[in-house]
Amino acid sequence: MRKFEKLKSRVVPLPIENIDTDQIIPARFLKATTREGFGENLFRDWRFDSNNQPKADFIMNNPTYSGKIMVAGKNFGCGSSREHAAWAIQDYGFDVVISSFFADIFKGNALNNGLLPIQVSDEFLDVIFQAVTKNPNTELVIDLENQTVLLAETGDQESFEINPYKKSCLINGYDDIDFILNNKNLIEEYEQSK
Amino acid sequence: MSRTLVEKIWDAHVVKREESFPDILYIDTHLIHEVTSPQAFDGLRKRGIPVFRPKQTVATADHNVPTLNQHLPIKEELSRYQVDMLTKNCAEFGIELYGLGHPYQGIVHVIGPELGITLPGKTMVCGDSHTSTHGAFGAIAFGIGTSQVEQVFATQCLLQQKPKTMKIEVNGTLGKGVGAKDIILYIIAQISAAGGTGYFIEYAGTAIQALSMEARMTICNMSIEMGARGGLIAPDQTTFDYIKGREFAPKGAEWDKELAYWKTLYSDADAQFDKVLSFKAEDISPMITYGTNPGMGMGITEHIPAIKSQPESEQFSYQKALEYMGFEDDKEILGRPVDYVFIGSCTNSRIEDLREIASFVKGKQKASDVEVWIVPGSKQVEKQAIQEGLDKIFEAAGFQLREPGCSACLGMNEDKIPAGKYCVSTSNRNFEGRQGPNARTMLVSPLTAAAAAVTGKISDIRELL
Repeated sequence: MRKFEKLKSRVVPLPIENIDTDQIIPARFLKATTREGFGENLFRDWRFDSNNQPKADFIMNNPTYSGKIMVAGKNFGCGSSREHAAWAIQDYGFDVVISSFFADIFKGNALNNGLLPIQVSDEFLDVIFQAVTKNPNTELVIDLENQTVLLAETGDQESFEINPYKKSCLINGYDDIDFILNNKNLIEEYEQSK
Repeated sequence: MSRTLVEKIWDAHVVKREESFPDILYIDTHLIHEVTSPQAFDGLRKRGIPVFRPKQTVATADHNVPTLNQHLPIKEELSRYQVDMLTKNCAEFGIELYGLGHPYQGIVHVIGPELGITLPGKTMVCGDSHTSTHGAFGAIAFGIGTSQVEQVFATQCLLQQKPKTMKIEVNGTLGKGVGAKDIILYIIAQISAAGGTGYFIEYAGTAIQALSMEARMTICNMSIEMGARGGLIAPDQTTFDYIKGREFAPKGAEWDKELAYWKTLYSDADAQFDKVLSFKAEDISPMITYGTNPGMGMGITEHIPAIKSQPESEQFSYQKALEYMGFEDDKEILGRPVDYVFIGSCTNSRIEDLREIASFVKGKQKASDVEVWIVPGSKQVEKQAIQEGLDKIFEAAGFQLREPGCSACLGMNEDKIPAGKYCVSTSNRNFEGRQGPNARTMLVSPLTAAAAAVTGKISDIRELL
């Protein structure tokens, strides 16, 4: 898994609520048997029309906005458990998703792939959206060690929560399987006790 | 100490608990299908390790399979490849596969219960969010991502934070034409598509206890649609009667031993839940969704809520949803024409659903301009429907009884709803494009779907019974 420590980047704002994983990557693109290449179809039906032409009114087709941080409305990643959603976001080039609320399975999937989901308050989310609307070149600084999100220009800052175990996984680039495999004797003991 | 049912089952499966770490939770049964497993098998190959407990893993092909002519090779190349990969992976790693052509094949959440694989007190996972279905038996069952599928392959365990618990009580008696699907759509409309996030839900109350196992599965199935990790119902005589005699259910002395354990599976009277909600069955009418998430639901005779009645920060998303659906706020849906009716999915494709629909449509005809697909949940459901002559009733009514699979619930196979068309569906998600690019989905109960099929428009089933 990729390591994550600190990031300074511009952002792509998606001020829409309840973005479900069917929007992030529609089911018809789940037929691949590897993890790569899903970025091409990220938000497929919002990005492209039925003739595969980019939709001018969708923010990801607007060159004014770019960056490694996606900022989205609350309840991001609800619906299907497809990890392909996290893979697509990462494959497209995002390292961080910020929202005021994440669906559980998406959040877990993101963390398992080194894509950092950051939950901020509704108020701070609004501060970010307003700052980016005013100045599309707004940069955010994500500091995982200190668990903070900072608006570089204004100095507005908020701290975020992350499970300490998951934090160390991201910083060190190791995953749950390594952790559990180190406890294999306990698993076998458990099975024998049943 | 008093504990909730979730806590009892959870605690019985903890392999290791350590301060500031998630629990290592033992998983009794791992269900897999073709879409979310290939990358996990690849991960094992990269690590050079086997599936740790292949006998506790069961596979089926459901998401990609065609629902017509299943005896022929799958036409769509990528779907065929993915299904072939599952076959190859299961053979290589020693996993039992109920693939196409097998008498047990079907939607993963339909076959687990009907084969007696799903049992009270178990921990069960699958790379599919509707794994919550199995909670109807008093099991802890939840959906996982592919990295976690690989974890369970490798270790038969998952690293999991113990969830918060919520009790949702529904007491009283359901009205005529109102069923389990209406209960769950009502609850989601009340608490929103995010109202259950972070919780494991226990459904209780007299209206829940009165439900059959299949109806309970419909309720637990849609727990994820309010964001919950899972949902369950304490097992009772209805549960035990359903399980007894099924293919893989315990038999003889083993049955007696298990039954004695299952009878201990309930929340203690004074157990503390993190949240408790209570609803009255009498308040629930036949439900329908009007928007693009399952929380956007209402009684079928109601008006779509006004945009200005929504919180200001949510008005943009709300308006976007109504525009997608081609609906206006403050108008009713009743009487609007329908193009497609889809009866199927892990929510409503079991034999009881088909019986209920057949008893309503017997002697009736579908409206001429509506296409009606009935997709049974499994080969066993299909066989039973034919044995009971339901296929003849459907045929006479102009309903097409197809072969088992996930089908138009998510349109991974050819069963897609065309752009702009309205589909009244017994499935679980009305997201944009869920049933096909730009398709418009309205979620309903099997009876309300049957009513739309017969009348060609959104109809109040209570007027037709």
